[in-house]
Amino acid sequence: MKHLIKGFAVAALLASTAVAEDAPKKGGTLVTVIGTNVRNLNSAVQSGIATGYPGAQLFASPLRYDEDWTPQPYLAESWDVSDDGLSVTLNLVKNAKFHDGTPLTSKDVAFSVEVIKANHPFKAMFAPVETVETPDDHTAILKLSKPHPALMLAMSGQLMSIIPQHIYGDVPIDQVKTHPRNNENPVGSGPFKLTEYKSGEHIILERFDDFFIEGRPYLDKVVMRIITDPAARAIAYENGEVQMGAFESLPRIINRLKKVDTLTVTPDGYGAIGPLDWLAMNTQKGPLKDVRVRKAIAYAVDKNFIQKALMLGTSSDSRTGIHPDSPFYNGEVEAYDVDLDKANALLDEAGFPMEGDKRFGLTIDFGWPGVKPQVEYVKAALKKVGIDVEVRSSADFPTWAKRMGEMDFDLSWDTVFNWGDPVIGVHRTYDSTNIGKGVWSNTQGYANARVDELMAMAAVENDPAKRTALYKEFQEIIADELPVYHTNTLPYHTVYSNKVGNPPVGIWGTSTPIDMTYLKD
Amino acid sequence: MQFLLTTSKRVFYAIVLLVAVLVLNFSLMHLAPGDVADTISQSMGGADQELLDQIRADYGLDQPFIVQLGRYIGGVLTLDLGFSFFYNMPVTELILQRLPATLLLVLSAQLLALIVGVLLGVMSARKPNGITSHFVTFLALFGYSAPVFWTGILLLIGFSLKFQIFPVAGMQDVTIEGGFWVHAKDIFMHLMLPMTTLASIFLALYSRLSRATMMEVLGSDYVRTAKAKGLTQRQVVYKHALKNALSPVITLAGLQFSAVISGAVLVETVFSWPGLGTLAFQSIIARDTPTILGILFFSALVVIVGNLLTDMALRLVDPRLRGR
Repeated sequence: MKHLIKGFAVAALLASTAVAEDAPKKGGTLVTVIGTNVRNLNSAVQSGIATGYPGAQLFASPLRYDEDWTPQPYLAESWDVSDDGLSVTLNLVKNAKFHDGTPLTSKDVAFSVEVIKANHPFKAMFAPVETVETPDDHTAILKLSKPHPALMLAMSGQLMSIIPQHIYGDVPIDQVKTHPRNNENPVGSGPFKLTEYKSGEHIILERFDDFFIEGRPYLDKVVMRIITDPAARAIAYENGEVQMGAFESLPRIINRLKKVDTLTVTPDGYGAIGPLDWLAMNTQKGPLKDVRVRKAIAYAVDKNFIQKALMLGTSSDSRTGIHPDSPFYNGEVEAYDVDLDKANALLDEAGFPMEGDKRFGLTIDFGWPGVKPQVEYVKAALKKVGIDVEVRSSADFPTWAKRMGEMDFDLSWDTVFNWGDPVIGVHRTYDSTNIGKGVWSNTQGYANARVDELMAMAAVENDPAKRTALYKEFQEIIADELPVYHTNTLPYHTVYSNKVGNPPVGIWGTSTPIDMTYLKD
Repeated sequence: MQFLLTTSKRVFYAIVLLVAVLVLNFSLMHLAPGDVADTISQSMGGADQELLDQIRADYGLDQPFIVQLGRYIGGVLTLDLGFSFFYNMPVTELILQRLPATLLLVLSAQLLALIVGVLLGVMSARKPNGITSHFVTFLALFGYSAPVFWTGILLLIGFSLKFQIFPVAGMQDVTIEGGFWVHAKDIFMHLMLPMTTLASIFLALYSRLSRATMMEVLGSDYVRTAKAKGLTQRQVVYKHALKNALSPVITLAGLQFSAVISGAVLVETVFSWPGLGTLAFQSIIARDTPTILGILFFSALVVIVGNLLTDMALRLVDPRLRGR
């Protein structure tokens, strides 16, 4: 079967995204806010949500996605996956230029892939890419060692930023992550170029007039203010000082802002980023080795309480390691609705009888203050079934990360992101070859040969239907064996003023170019 | 001559103290498990062991402790504060970028607290049991005991949200255009709330102290003499008594200078003031050792300079000290 997807140039995209809205107005300055300091503006060498937003404005990627998870042309006007799945051809737009006026060519694509492979933390994205052939200036052919469907999402958003070889090629490939022009005078081909970056204060971008999509971007200027205090950010949204911001995660603030007439607050826009909260269980330690104990814990912890009382209804149910907004999500698995009798029965069966009011003790860790309520709740909930939980706090993130990385924990609260395709952000948690390799690896020590096999098959399956079926079974096993108890999505919300037209609420949220965003009168 | 000798002795002790502080802090930072490679991987959404090892090698974090310490101290002695791992920038450059904002905030808050504090203190000392005095006592205790972040957020809700007079965060509005005075006014408007918040803690100290010393001074013989000469109450209080009552207040202000800087950490964080305080807070969270030590180094410098200035101010108000 030939997967030829014809790129309908740009007109089609424009038509599909701007329906029903009034014609976008040109010009104006959009003032937005980010909640953390940005370490590095070069998204080819630094991942993460803080870099994603400025990174996707400065640098363009081959593809972009619409809200229905369908790839759309961006730097690549069309693309073609060969029958054997071993070569992916990108036909680049002819008029793309970098901010310094140099034309963007396939050489830059080949260079960027090399840089990303050598510097970017998500090794799974381009690991199967062996070489990039450049038969002419506008054709890049990615040669793969095995079929790699995850490549599609990996070529979008902030994940595959094309950077110019003539700027970043003057240092050894693996040193690009400390290149001086990552933060100072960076050059990309995205819709906006950098005017000023003041660490801890703001990033100011201005319209790139030679952007390869005619007539875009609509905005003249984008200001990204850095305000780290969530309460101050909320006031700034409310009094109109900032018009847009993403990744707001405090339930109380989200609910307060929802009541403000001039603002829209939405959980849309995080499907591909896929942030999930869960209770991690060390399957190699003590009573937790027994799957019945893990199930008992799941039955004793009321995730409805977590979603309704702690998250105040701002987060949604998530039952597997894949984000509910993903097309691969399978919600038809055991929900573990609270059932203390079942929990007690399972614990008895596992050979941990109640002695007095206690069966055994466990510890629970957490890495940042925001999740303390969840941890305290777990302690209280498990006391009811005779598990005595001791809360271990960590002084800071590195302390916790070290404990997790070395699997020195019983239970822990954790938040992990999907980062696009399951191959990138989901497999790492369940892969038996990735046990105990630092924080956010398989820190639960979980090993199941069938799960490994399913993930290996899904990684190379180019047929979407077959792939979905593989992940369906994968999620059933995970939900049954519970290396982690999935409780809820992280309640990330995007806040924008009603003056903002076409806010970035697609699958990549603000980690996408905002060339279609505009300001209404 | 004597003055110079005393000063240079002080500077020498200060340098010794500074190096000791740096060594101690460097060691303390190393005792904690985990390092900046972990926070870099956090900011990236995860990294594998290989990349973590590579980051550690790049920044020399894989070297033995003694080697790292030696390198760092060696660097500091040649005035090189190192490279910030987390911010990808030389520490000196990073700090110099942030220092003016902090100096502006700290100096203006200190000045405001001092002037208003002394005025309130004097006012209440004149009628120790009057309504003004009780009001000042109440205000002072309130400012002193309210947590500074709470005061900050309360002021924000009041004056940025209910009455939209002052901007919420940052030091300037990057979207406005205009000449020097437009920007100066903009910065002043941004400064008002953080300055008031920071000053509110120290207002209490200064007003209480100046009230107490003022009452003592007002009861002394020379004040009675001045009154007997037929001077007006105003002249007695502001010309004769105040100068004598000021010197303990100035001493306290000098001692408090370091406290003002540490208070700035919280205030800056609440108001996203782009100074050393926010930087300090974020670098501690990020375990960015060179930046934290660099900030300590600079704040120690600021405190030392502040203390020297206090000395000079004391000499100015108290002629008896000038010979020493």
